[in-house]
Amino acid sequence: MTRTLPVLAVLGVITVLWYAASIWMNATWVFDQAGRAGVTVTWAEVVPQTMAQDRPLLPPPHQVASELWKGVAGQNVTSKRSLVYHGFVTFRGTMLGFALGIALGVALAISIVRYRVMELSVMPWAIISQTIPIVALAPMILTLSNQIGIDNREVPKAIIAAYLSFFPVLVSMIKGLRAPDHMQLDLLKTYGASEGQTFAKLRLPASMPYFFASLKVAVAAALIGTIVGELPTGAIEGLGARMLIGSQFGEPLIMWTALFAAAILAGGLILLVGLIERLANARMGAQT
Amino acid sequence: MKDTAPANPPIIEAQGLNLTFQTADGPVHALKDVDLTISKGDFVSFIGPSGCGKTTFLRCIAALERPTGGTLSVNGMTADEARKRRAYGYVFQAAGLYPWRTIAGNVKLPLEIMGFTKAEQDTRVRKVLELVELSGFGGKFPWQLSGGMQQRASIARALAFDADILLMDEPFGALDEIVRDRLNEELLKLWARTEKTIAFVTHSIPEAVYLSTKIVVMSPRPGRITDVIDSPLPRERPLDIRDSKDFIDTAHRVREGLRAGHVDD
Repeated sequence: MTRTLPVLAVLGVITVLWYAASIWMNATWVFDQAGRAGVTVTWAEVVPQTMAQDRPLLPPPHQVASELWKGVAGQNVTSKRSLVYHGFVTFRGTMLGFALGIALGVALAISIVRYRVMELSVMPWAIISQTIPIVALAPMILTLSNQIGIDNREVPKAIIAAYLSFFPVLVSMIKGLRAPDHMQLDLLKTYGASEGQTFAKLRLPASMPYFFASLKVAVAAALIGTIVGELPTGAIEGLGARMLIGSQFGEPLIMWTALFAAAILAGGLILLVGLIERLANARMGAQT
Repeated sequence: MKDTAPANPPIIEAQGLNLTFQTADGPVHALKDVDLTISKGDFVSFIGPSGCGKTTFLRCIAALERPTGGTLSVNGMTADEARKRRAYGYVFQAAGLYPWRTIAGNVKLPLEIMGFTKAEQDTRVRKVLELVELSGFGGKFPWQLSGGMQQRASIARALAFDADILLMDEPFGALDEIVRDRLNEELLKLWARTEKTIAFVTHSIPEAVYLSTKIVVMSPRPGRITDVIDSPLPRERPLDIRDSKDFIDTAHRVREGLRAGHVDD
């Protein structure tokens, strides 16, 4: 009870603010219409009309919720109108990019921890890569992969998602693989352990808390990368494509619904990573 | 690898051992002309103030530091060869158990690295956990054990592969007096049962006198040996031996040695 109350309070404040903003922003249209018809309207007449417009500037929560419900439950899941379908396309792209990003981040971290020269030669480029805005880079990746004959749209999307998600994994894994102190390394030396054994028995397990912390950032980054990858070049499926269609055809409801679907997907992904982390923690004897 | 030679052959021999660290503030003479012979079955304590080189000397034996001069042989080999042949088990000041492994898993660690068979690993883990009186705690994780129990587990880990030499660097330094007394007593029993050669670094005079057959008194700047005392106490040592005249005399001589080292400063 003590924990649900603040959560509900914040949710309530957001909802109230949202309704207020909807009324304020959508009222303009109502006043314009009335002006054109030459009639005057009172606020009591305006408010109901801001709640159910076809193309509201800012749809109120219940409109988004009902659109979401229609998009999820009201369609055949294979339909192009189904949010489940588009959500799944985005989810698939995110997972592919996430996996690619983890593999790249971990591999780079291992080689940087193992070879000092890699830190000097590769690390600056990894940092620079993150300073380039992804919206500038994404169309280039899409065009390039098209040019070299990759027809599968999943590949450039996954590359963009991996491009964003490898970095947090890389930074955390470097720190994690270097976490063991001198004493722990000396101990393995007294056993005559090989470098591979030191890695497998000490460095890798010691890096796991860092790894899981980075996954939560990386999975969110992968989702953003995937959506950005779905935006340009007239992609026809995925939540990013829905957002683009909504904006191009002046359908704010479609946009807002896709936005919320993406937010819900992000929440689900974070929960999923958290669950995997908890399972790993339990296996690795974390204090409960 | 069991030594079949008659009683008490030398097992660790240092002659004119020197070690100088190059630091930003110039060279630091951590060990100067150290001569010492440790015989098989000895319990040797190294005592002295910080910076006297007692830990450095232990690390030289373990080949974790490389001496800059003199000779050092362990089991008739160079220290580095002895390390690769797994001639010793090393116990650090902190237990340093892996938090992600159970107690049994931690004790198993050296055995996995050294390639013992699964069955052999399990047998040995059971045996050494019994030796340090931690049977029944194998499935617990380190954080579920007290500091003293964790240190016992780390001793079990050092004993697991049955090396002839046990090197201990202030293993009980972080524990309170009561736990330390108990562990000292247990360590003596363990030493009697396993017939290991033990080199033991400590700050505590009573601990050194109670445990050792040989006490090496060291002093700092440069780190060197100022006195080597062969204990007159019998190998069998009940706790109340600490009130005997021999014990008090030996403790007195250690104290004198430590004071003499300080006058030289």
